[in-house]
Amino acid sequence: MSVTAHPAPGTEEYQPVFTGKILDQLHEILTRYPAKQAALLPALWLVQQARGWISDRNMTEVAEVLGLTPAYVKGVVTFYTMFHQHPVGKHFVQVCTTSPCNLCGAEAVVRALLDATGAKELGATSPDGKWTVIEVECLGACGFATPVLIDDDFIESVTPEKVPQLVRKYK
Amino acid sequence: MGYPHKPHPKETVLLSKHFGEVDARTYKGWVKRGGYEVLHQVLTMEPSKVTDVVKESGLRGRGGAGFPTGLKWSFMPKEKKKPHYLCVNADESEPGTFKDREIMRWTPHALLEGTAVAAHAIQAEVAYIYIRGEFTEPYAIMERALTEANAAGVFGKIKIHLHRGAGAYICGEETALMNSIEGKRGNPRIKPPFPAAFGVFGMPTTINNVETLAAVPHILQNGAAWYKRLALSSPKSTGTKLFSVCGHIQKPGNYEVTMGFPLKDLLYELCGGMPPGRTLKACIPGGSSVPILNREESERCLLDYEGVVEQGSMLGSGGVIVFDDSADMVYQIMRLARFYAHESCAQCTQCREGTAWATKILERILAGQGKAADLDLLLDLSENMTGKTICVLSDSCAAPIVSGIKKFGSEFEAYLSGKKHPVLAA
Repeated sequence: MSVTAHPAPGTEEYQPVFTGKILDQLHEILTRYPAKQAALLPALWLVQQARGWISDRNMTEVAEVLGLTPAYVKGVVTFYTMFHQHPVGKHFVQVCTTSPCNLCGAEAVVRALLDATGAKELGATSPDGKWTVIEVECLGACGFATPVLIDDDFIESVTPEKVPQLVRKYK
Repeated sequence: MGYPHKPHPKETVLLSKHFGEVDARTYKGWVKRGGYEVLHQVLTMEPSKVTDVVKESGLRGRGGAGFPTGLKWSFMPKEKKKPHYLCVNADESEPGTFKDREIMRWTPHALLEGTAVAAHAIQAEVAYIYIRGEFTEPYAIMERALTEANAAGVFGKIKIHLHRGAGAYICGEETALMNSIEGKRGNPRIKPPFPAAFGVFGMPTTINNVETLAAVPHILQNGAAWYKRLALSSPKSTGTKLFSVCGHIQKPGNYEVTMGFPLKDLLYELCGGMPPGRTLKACIPGGSSVPILNREESERCLLDYEGVVEQGSMLGSGGVIVFDDSADMVYQIMRLARFYAHESCAQCTQCREGTAWATKILERILAGQGKAADLDLLLDLSENMTGKTICVLSDSCAAPIVSGIKKFGSEFEAYLSGKKHPVLAA
C-alpha cells in the first residue's frame, strides 16, 4: 500500500490536521515525555478525533510532525484496534461479547443492535452512513453486562429490549 | 462495597468505602474525607522509609502476579543517577475484572494520592497512568481530578500524566505497556533487563497496578502492623482485595473482603447466589487467565494467593467469573481462546499460531466436525504454549483449555460423539 504526502489524482488538496488549536494541543503533549515518539498514540488520537479515522495521508503527516517514517506510524496504527484505518459510520458501536458478557446474553444484544441500526452485518456501515457495529473483546465492565460503547459514551447493562430506545437517542 | 449494591456486613470496606459518592470525585470532597493528608506527611519522609513500611505490610501486587510491592520498589537504584519513572497500569482488560475501573470512576484522587506516594518512594519525578482506550468515562474523571489536584499543588515536584491506550489487551503486560508509552507497538520485551534497571525510555522504572496503589495511602496512614492483621488465612496474603464478580450470579459487582475470605460465602451470601433454580457448575477465580475451578473446588476455596493455588488455580486479578449449570463450557472456553487469539501480539510463534489453532479446533468441535484425537491435540498444543514465550499470554490461553478438558471432559465428548447438537455452523 502506498503511503504518500501528495494528494491522489482527482482528490482535493490535503488539509493538515496539526494546525491552530490541535497543534497547540500536540505541543503541550510533547512536554510530557522525554522523547518525541512517545507522543505518537496521543497524536493519533487527535487525528481520529478531528477526522473520524486515520488515513494514509494523516499517518504521513503524523510521521512528519514527530520525526518518524510513515511506515513506522502505519505499523503502530495497525497494532491498536481502536484506530480506524477506514471511515466508519457517524456512530461507532462496540459491543462486548467475551465470556462473562456472553454468559449474560451479549450475542442477542449484538443481533438487536445490527437490526435496530440497519447496519445488518458486523463491521459494515448502515446504508444511511449513520451506524457501524462491531463486536469487541472485553470492555472491562463484566459486572454490568452487556456494556456497549457508542462513540465515547459507555453504556452499561444493555439488554436486547433496551436497544431500540438506545438507538433512537442517537438518531 | 458491593457496588452497585449496598455494602454487606461481611465486607471490609477500605478502597470501596466511597464508591457511589459523586462528591468524592472532587478535590474538595476528597480532602473532606481525609484525602491527601498522608501524602503531605509522606513527602517529608525519607523515600526508603516509605518503601520499608509497604514492605513490612505484606502488600502484594493486585494486577495478577501478586509480587510483593515494597520489594519491587526496593529494586529501584538507591542512588539516583538517571531519571526514575513510575508507570501505573490502568489498562484493566482481563476478562472478568472491573475493579480498577471503579476505583478510577469513584475515587480518582485515591489513585492519584497512591501514585504520588509511590513516586516519592522510588524517587520518580514523573508518573504515567496508562488507561485503556475504551475507558472513556474513567479517563475523563481522572483528567478532571488531576487538573484539580495540580491546581492545589499537592504533588510537590512529582508530575503525573495520563496516557490513553488504543485497544490492546497485551499492553497490560508491564513491558508492553512501557513500549506503548514510548509510541511503539505493544510487544512485550524479553526480561532481563528488568524494568527497575531498564524500563520506560531506558530508565529505572516501577510498574504498579491501580488497586495496589490505592491501598498504599491506607497502609501509611494506619501502619504496616494494622495492614498485616487483615488476613483471615495465610499470613503471606494481607489486606483487603476487591473481587469483581460476574457471569451467572444474582448480584454482580465489586466486593471488598479481607484476604482469605471463603469464595463460597462471597458467591452465596454477598452475591446472592446463582440465578433462581440454577446451581454452581464452575468458577474462574482470578480473571480469565487462570485455571477453571469446578464446584467442589470453588466451594472449598479461600480467597488469598495461597488458598486459590491450593485448589489448583490462581488469585490473579480477582475477577470472578461464575458459570451455572446452564453454561456450555466448551463454548465459553472457545470464547476465551478466541479472546487470546485476538489479543496475541504475534511476536512468538507458539502464541500467534497456538492461540489461533486452539480457537479453530474448539470451533470445529462446536460445529460438530471434531475429531476423536482433538482433545489430545488441544492438550499437546497447550503444552507447547506454556512457559515457552516472552510473556504469559499464550499460557493464559492454555489455562482454561487444559483445566476445562480435565474437569469438563464429558461436555467435549458430547460434541465429539454427536450426542450434543452443533451450536456453530460448519
